[in-house]
Amino acid sequence: MRAETRQDPNPETSVRNPQSEIGNHSLPGLYLHIPFCLSKCPYCSFYSQTDLSLIPGFIEALGREMEMLRPTFSSPFDTVYIGGGTPSVLRPFQIEEILRKIRKHFRLAPWAEFTLEANPGDLDFPFLRALRELGIHRLNLGVQSFAPDVLSFLGRRHTAEKALQAIEASRKAGFDHLGLDFIYGVPGQALGPWLDTLRRAITFSPEHLSCYQLTLEEGTPMGEAHRRGAFAFPEEEELREFFLATSESLEEAGFIHYEVSNFSRGLSHASRHNQKYWDHTPYLGLGPSAHSFSGSVRWWNTPSIMAYMNALRSGTLPLDSRETLTTDQLRAEAFFLGLRTARGINLNDFSAKHGENFFREKESVLRKIEEEGLIVIRKGYLRPTRAGLAVADRLAQI
Amino acid sequence: MGSMNERIRNFSIIAHIDHGKSTLADRLIQYAGLVEDRDFRDQILDNMDIERERGITIKSQAVTLPYRAGDGKDYLLNLIDTPGHVDFTYEVSRALASCEGVLLLIDAAQGVQAQTIANLYLAMENNLEIIPVINKIDLPTADVDRVLEQIDTELGLDPASHLKCSAKEGIGIEEILETIVRKIPPPRGTPESPLAALIFDAQYDPFRGTIVHCRVFEGTVKKGDTIRFLSNQADYEVEEVGRFSLRRERTEQLAAGEVGYVIAGIKTLSDVRIGDTLTLDSRPCEKPLPGFKDIKPVVFSSIYPIASDDYEDLSVALEKYKLNDAALIYQKDSSVALGQGFRCGFLGLLHLEIVQERLEREYNLSIILSVPSVRYRFTLKDESIVYVDNPAHYPDRASILKTEEPYIRATMILPDKYLGGVMKLCTDRRGVNSRMNYLGPKRAELIYELPLAEVIYDFYDRFKSLTQGYGSFDYDLLDYREGELVLLDLLVNGEKVDALSQILHRDHARPRALQACEKLKEEIPRQVFRVAIQGAIGGEIIARTTISPFRKDVTAKCYGGDITRKRKLLEKQKEGKKRMKMIGSVTIPQSAFLAVLKSNED
Repeated sequence: MRAETRQDPNPETSVRNPQSEIGNHSLPGLYLHIPFCLSKCPYCSFYSQTDLSLIPGFIEALGREMEMLRPTFSSPFDTVYIGGGTPSVLRPFQIEEILRKIRKHFRLAPWAEFTLEANPGDLDFPFLRALRELGIHRLNLGVQSFAPDVLSFLGRRHTAEKALQAIEASRKAGFDHLGLDFIYGVPGQALGPWLDTLRRAITFSPEHLSCYQLTLEEGTPMGEAHRRGAFAFPEEEELREFFLATSESLEEAGFIHYEVSNFSRGLSHASRHNQKYWDHTPYLGLGPSAHSFSGSVRWWNTPSIMAYMNALRSGTLPLDSRETLTTDQLRAEAFFLGLRTARGINLNDFSAKHGENFFREKESVLRKIEEEGLIVIRKGYLRPTRAGLAVADRLAQI
Repeated sequence: MGSMNERIRNFSIIAHIDHGKSTLADRLIQYAGLVEDRDFRDQILDNMDIERERGITIKSQAVTLPYRAGDGKDYLLNLIDTPGHVDFTYEVSRALASCEGVLLLIDAAQGVQAQTIANLYLAMENNLEIIPVINKIDLPTADVDRVLEQIDTELGLDPASHLKCSAKEGIGIEEILETIVRKIPPPRGTPESPLAALIFDAQYDPFRGTIVHCRVFEGTVKKGDTIRFLSNQADYEVEEVGRFSLRRERTEQLAAGEVGYVIAGIKTLSDVRIGDTLTLDSRPCEKPLPGFKDIKPVVFSSIYPIASDDYEDLSVALEKYKLNDAALIYQKDSSVALGQGFRCGFLGLLHLEIVQERLEREYNLSIILSVPSVRYRFTLKDESIVYVDNPAHYPDRASILKTEEPYIRATMILPDKYLGGVMKLCTDRRGVNSRMNYLGPKRAELIYELPLAEVIYDFYDRFKSLTQGYGSFDYDLLDYREGELVLLDLLVNGEKVDALSQILHRDHARPRALQACEKLKEEIPRQVFRVAIQGAIGGEIIARTTISPFRKDVTAKCYGGDITRKRKLLEKQKEGKKRMKMIGSVTIPQSAFLAVLKSNED
């Protein structure tokens, strides 16, 4: 077992290691979108497709994109996040090639965090061992549930047993930073069985847990089925119960609820990469549909593997669109993103970046929602409480 | 008498709402060849978007139609379009003051309706030549014989003088134009007399200043003349005169009998008053022309900008707006909940809604209107009398000796099978002294005396739905009558929202308070905390309800690509909030203020 220190989520009291001090979300992050899946999950709206024969061409295009984007950021990256899609459909030598290209084109901080998302169905010990040896030290497993009925509703291609084996094999392969992803609020799912899944997850002492409420996305098979009335979605009150119970039971088990859907065993195990999205740290996204952010400009790639490869083959960037954020937009984002995290909003920093008036104008509403127990304003921070996190999107509209 | 006048006819079309006035105007304009057929659009005189959307005419519009008559001579026919809704009788009277004759348009299927009669009376008061025209004769439900009998018995006009047409199908149009030339007298007046022109409308143009629309009764006005407004003796030099041929068409002069516009670089908006007389500085006329019927606002409400910074913009917008809508009256006002604003008087609820919409569309303002009220009369213990149209100025309860409210006489014409429902509606709204006559075998005229306050909001809507659109309604103000009044306050999370207060009859206080609370509950969006809504008289809570808060509302995933999408959603929600006002910690939409008066009877 690893030594665990229970850390206070409050930044002013938390103990930070020198790495996260330096990397205090100021160095940019690198994201790679691997647009391949063995099968499409009916709820998922992320871009991917199932023709694995395109992988070699994709890796080549990825190399060209890196070459072209090499000058974008001058600072080194301190996170590399390989997501998708399903990156675990790649062979180890393909992942090795991608990492080699990254190291060739970009500067990386010596303490850089390497994360890879994986489907438990793809994992066996040799593969995991290879990943570990390639320098991937953070593994995020899309477990989603241990209940067979939920897995089948979600259209997952792995079983609960396979997920359990994958977790054990990951530990054996030396992954001491393991993240497990779950989905709850699935039609027909009762709170009891969901908490059983969670308890089972806790027995593996994962360093990180992501628990996402199922979201019906327009255009996905599940979203469309719901629109046709194929099934009923849980009511608001029930979803609130799921959300609060998840937070309570995980905090009881020693996790920090550091973002709406994210929990970690101590702050040092929080996802350094994802934190960048929430505090406006720049990031560079590579691959189809990947988003990038410079601090004021956001741009994103075309969500099509063919268009992506064709563009790069002809020497142009596969851009879909871009937007330059106005000061108002930056402020609005900073506010709603801050409300999603336990760290909350540093009032001095926020005012310095986005103007003094914002909080002054909202003083009476802020006081009201503090009285209601949705936020706490203390020691220069505005933080959502657990009940506040449950309605963070509404809080952002005040 | 100048020979010019012999070739001019000034006329209006008057009718009950929906009897086809705008369509007939369209046909006359097309017949005169003012527009190519391919450029034609329906309701061509209804320039305002809001008129086209609602299918109603709000503003009087003038247009000059050139017409070569059967006698081979060329005539200029000045058509002044008029609105049909009961709220805008005032606009009709302005138009009629500029005419010598009218086409009284009657729907062949619906027959004579309440406003047919009301408009006929207005025309008679102005001594105008009246030509009855039966429209929509092509409809399968048309019953011309029945309408002819109504013209005889209900209107007291000679049925032999009528014309038949279908404005929609273009049938009978030439006959109408010929009859206008033959029967409506040419305008009197001589171009050599001192100038006397009646201002019947005005428009603000950012480049040319205020453009005055007028009917010249005596004398002549041309470019270079110095004109004078009789009411305030303000002088301006004329830059341009002309007539209306859908667009402004510059002419040499405007002489007695003509209808047209005058541009004189008028930048001071308040100098122009509708109904005022225009004359010349060099040779003024002796006395003003008889003006219009007095405007009596009957519904009052305060207008506030949603963003208090917009107060100045609202102030300027109202000044410009009033130029074009003389019926609106306003003065400064302030509210604890809503800040600085203006107390306004309106002709009716439709007028109020039109003003709100036009201020928003034409001046790009976001505004809130307080709960509409009528003007009450209070006799205090010191025997002084105060009129109160703003619940915020409700007198101290201990000082009140007597409370009175305005009454109207409502005249309704409807098929007799709807009598029961309408009589119940009138009784529920405290109607008294009812009278009923049969106008024909199945048509009844119903007269009630009703408190105006009971009619201002949704009475007309309810009446229309009860009579399935076959009933018509008109009203006159009667007098003040004693009634036991109370002031109802509404509290949102314990905070009194003064703009939601209303004065009402004690007998109705409890159900109305509950209804208002329920309406607010429908209108106020859910917030992140529980919102209590209470109705109170004095300190006593007489009704309450609560809006339950949001319990779960947060996006599960918010990574790279989700952020832009999420922000755009927030921006959209914020756009919606522009029409909401923050009161205390609760956002209240604009619509809530008018909704509290609406009943749930449907």
